[in-house]
Amino acid sequence: MSAQATVFGVILNDHRSMQRLQAQFTAAPYLTPPRAPVLHIKPSNTLAGEGAVVVLPSGAEQLEIGASLGLVIGRLSSHLSLENALAAVSAYVIMADLSLPHAQYYRPAIRERCFDGACPISPKIAFSPDLPQPEQLSIRSYVNGQLVETRNLADLVRSASELLRDVTEFMRLDSNDILHLGVLFQGAQARVGDAVRIVIDHLGELNFTLVASCEEQI
Amino acid sequence: MKRGRINWNGLVHEVTPAAEADQVMLSNGQCLHESEFEWLPPLQTGTIFALGLNYADHASELAFKAPDQPLVFLKSAGSLMGHRGQTQRPADAHYMHYECELAVVIGRPARHIKRDDAYRYIAAYTIANDYAIRDYLENYYRPNLKVKNRDGCTPLGPWLVDQADIGDPMQLELTTHINGKLVQRGNTRDMVFSIPVLIEYLSGILTLSPGDIILTGTPAGLANVQVGDEVVTAIEGLGQLSNTIIGATHD
Repeated sequence: MSAQATVFGVILNDHRSMQRLQAQFTAAPYLTPPRAPVLHIKPSNTLAGEGAVVVLPSGAEQLEIGASLGLVIGRLSSHLSLENALAAVSAYVIMADLSLPHAQYYRPAIRERCFDGACPISPKIAFSPDLPQPEQLSIRSYVNGQLVETRNLADLVRSASELLRDVTEFMRLDSNDILHLGVLFQGAQARVGDAVRIVIDHLGELNFTLVASCEEQI
Repeated sequence: MKRGRINWNGLVHEVTPAAEADQVMLSNGQCLHESEFEWLPPLQTGTIFALGLNYADHASELAFKAPDQPLVFLKSAGSLMGHRGQTQRPADAHYMHYECELAVVIGRPARHIKRDDAYRYIAAYTIANDYAIRDYLENYYRPNLKVKNRDGCTPLGPWLVDQADIGDPMQLELTTHINGKLVQRGNTRDMVFSIPVLIEYLSGILTLSPGDIILTGTPAGLANVQVGDEVVTAIEGLGQLSNTIIGATHD
C-alpha cells in the first residue's frame, strides 16, 4: 500500500553554515533566523546509485557535491521522541545532494536540486550497535583523488535524534524513506569530467562521475 | 472514464461511479454504499509538484505580485488523504486555509516537451485541496514543508477523470464551500502559467514520469477553517472533494 519512498534533505543544519549566513538572517528576504528544520525533497528522478554517471544540466559546468549522511527509516514513524528516534532508523547511506550553486535559500530550489541524477546514494549500510553514533562520524569528499572537503558531524545544529523528532512532529516518515543530516552552505564543487568519491569511515564510500549534457541548448 | 480507489474489508479496490450518487461500483459490478468503505487518493502518486501564486488574484490577495517564473514546490505522499477524510488543525494554529486546485496527472515520460505538445503527456485530472497553515511560514525554501507537507493536509480525489472526458482544462470553474457557504470561486483560465506552460517548464528541468502530479495553484478567496468545518472543493467536470477539519489528535 505504501507509495514509493521519499528522500528528504535539510540545509542549515551545521554551525559552520549558520555562522556564514548569520549576518543575512535578519535582512530581506529572510528577516528572521530559521526555526523549523529547512527541508527539501529530492524526487525520484534524482535518484542514482553507486558508480553513477551524472549528466549535468545543459549549460552547467559545475555542481556543489553536497556530501551527507542519510538515515534510512525502518518503519512508519510519526511523533518520534528523542529517546526512541534512532530506533526508527534501519540503515545508513552515504549520499550526495548535488545542486547547481545557489546563494539564496528563499524559494524552493527545484531547478538547482531536482535535475535528473542529482542524488547519488550508496547501497544501504545496515544499522548496528557496533557502528558509531551519527554525530561521531566525519565525511570526506574527494575530486579526482584530491581531498576537497572534510566535515565532522559533531558540528550539527540538530543531532540525528533531534532532527527526526522535529521532522516527524508534523510529517510522517515511511519505511525506506531517507532523511539526510544536511549539506554545507556553498560546499565543495566538482565539474564536468570529475570523478567524485565520498568517504565516511566505518561505513564505506560512494563514487560517481560528472559528464556534460549533449542536449541541445534551449 | 472516472476511477477511484477505496479501502474495503481490508483490501484496496479500484472503483467506478455507480448509478446512485452515494455508491461506487467494484470491478465485478457489485455496488457499495459510501458508509461501507474508506476513500483513498485515486492513484499511487509519483512526484507531487505544487504551484504557489499561480492565479494573479490570489497572489495580490497575499500581497505578492505574480511571479515571473513558476513558483514550484514539492510534496510527499504522506501529505495525501482521500475523499471524506479528516484533516487535523494544530492546536496552536491561528490561520489554516484550504486551496482548491486542479491536479494534472502525467501519463507518460516527458522531457523537454514544448507547450504545444503538452496535452499528449497528460493522462487525467483530479481535485486537490492543498491546505496551508500560515502560522508556520518561514522565508527558507518558502513555502516550507511545515506549512505545506503536513500529514493528511492534502486531500485528493475522489475521482481520476480521463483527459478525454474533459474538454478544455483551462476553462473549468473551481469553487470551495465551507459548511455549504460559497467562499472561493475562480476559473482555471486565470492561471498565470497555464498547464501546457507548466509541463514545458518542469520537463525542461527534469523528467516527468507517469503518476507524477502537478497541483496547479488556487484562485483568490481564502478563509480560515475551524474544527468541525466541512470543506468541499469542487471543479467543473471532476466532481467534489469533501473534507472535515478535526482537532489535533497528538500534542
